[in-house]
Amino acid sequence: MPAATYAGHEVEVNEEGFLTQSDQWTEEVAKAIAEESGIGPLTDKHWEVIAFCRKDAEAQGTPPGLRRISKLSGVNMKELYQLFPKGPGKLAAKVSGLPKPQGCI
Amino acid sequence: MPTATIEQPTTATAPPVTLEKPERKPIEAVSIICSKGTLDMAYPGLILANAARMSGIDATLFFTFWGLDIVTEKKIDHLHTATVGNPSMPIPTMIGGLPGMETLASLMMKKEMGKLEIPPVREMIEMLSDAGAELYGCRMAMDMFKLDRSDLVPQVDDVISAMDFFDKSAGAQVLFI
Repeated sequence: MPAATYAGHEVEVNEEGFLTQSDQWTEEVAKAIAEESGIGPLTDKHWEVIAFCRKDAEAQGTPPGLRRISKLSGVNMKELYQLFPKGPGKLAAKVSGLPKPQGCI
Repeated sequence: MPTATIEQPTTATAPPVTLEKPERKPIEAVSIICSKGTLDMAYPGLILANAARMSGIDATLFFTFWGLDIVTEKKIDHLHTATVGNPSMPIPTMIGGLPGMETLASLMMKKEMGKLEIPPVREMIEMLSDAGAELYGCRMAMDMFKLDRSDLVPQVDDVISAMDFFDKSAGAQVLFI
């Protein structure tokens, strides 16, 4: 399994750069992934999305799809696309240290 | 009689054979032509467009012919699954033609899609619009069906010709559904 170093932390990632151990995630790691993925500095809204994704993934056992995030996190679909213009479906999970969601919605 | 000298071609050294695959570039934009109005043919285009946007790929949708039903205010909530003329339908055509069968099959399909958290067509269209996908009605098909801009759902950005559609699809992968 390839390893990556984010903000001085060594973490395990898959070929697409998603963390394979979500407990290796820290806020510093999130900031470094955001920087690397072109999301830029994380705002309060980003943190709101990240907190929801991590909590929901823990409860459900799978990372939430985008529709689920928009319905339950308090951040709507338009805002999600503004926060992650390069693809919120993948990037919200990536920056939250979760696997790539399997759903298409 | 004129004569010509034909020179023997010199043996050129063949370029070395490389087995490396050419590097593939990520898709940057997709343009999807939705030409069918049944429930089972509406979803593929909408789901593909949504998946594209979720991955940061630009998506343009062009609704033409029966595909206009997907964005027509009076039809959008009443799209049906075809029970007749659909070889994949697991019921015989004769039974599929009985009154009420199409409604029943459509209800069942909607229920199954609901279980997978796939939203109704109207919500899919709203989602796509919020996601920044561009939605267009086909002018010629609109004229043929005597439809007006006001007959379409508000998420449709414009009514355009097929030539305009191709202009807007510059550099995009075009899919026909």
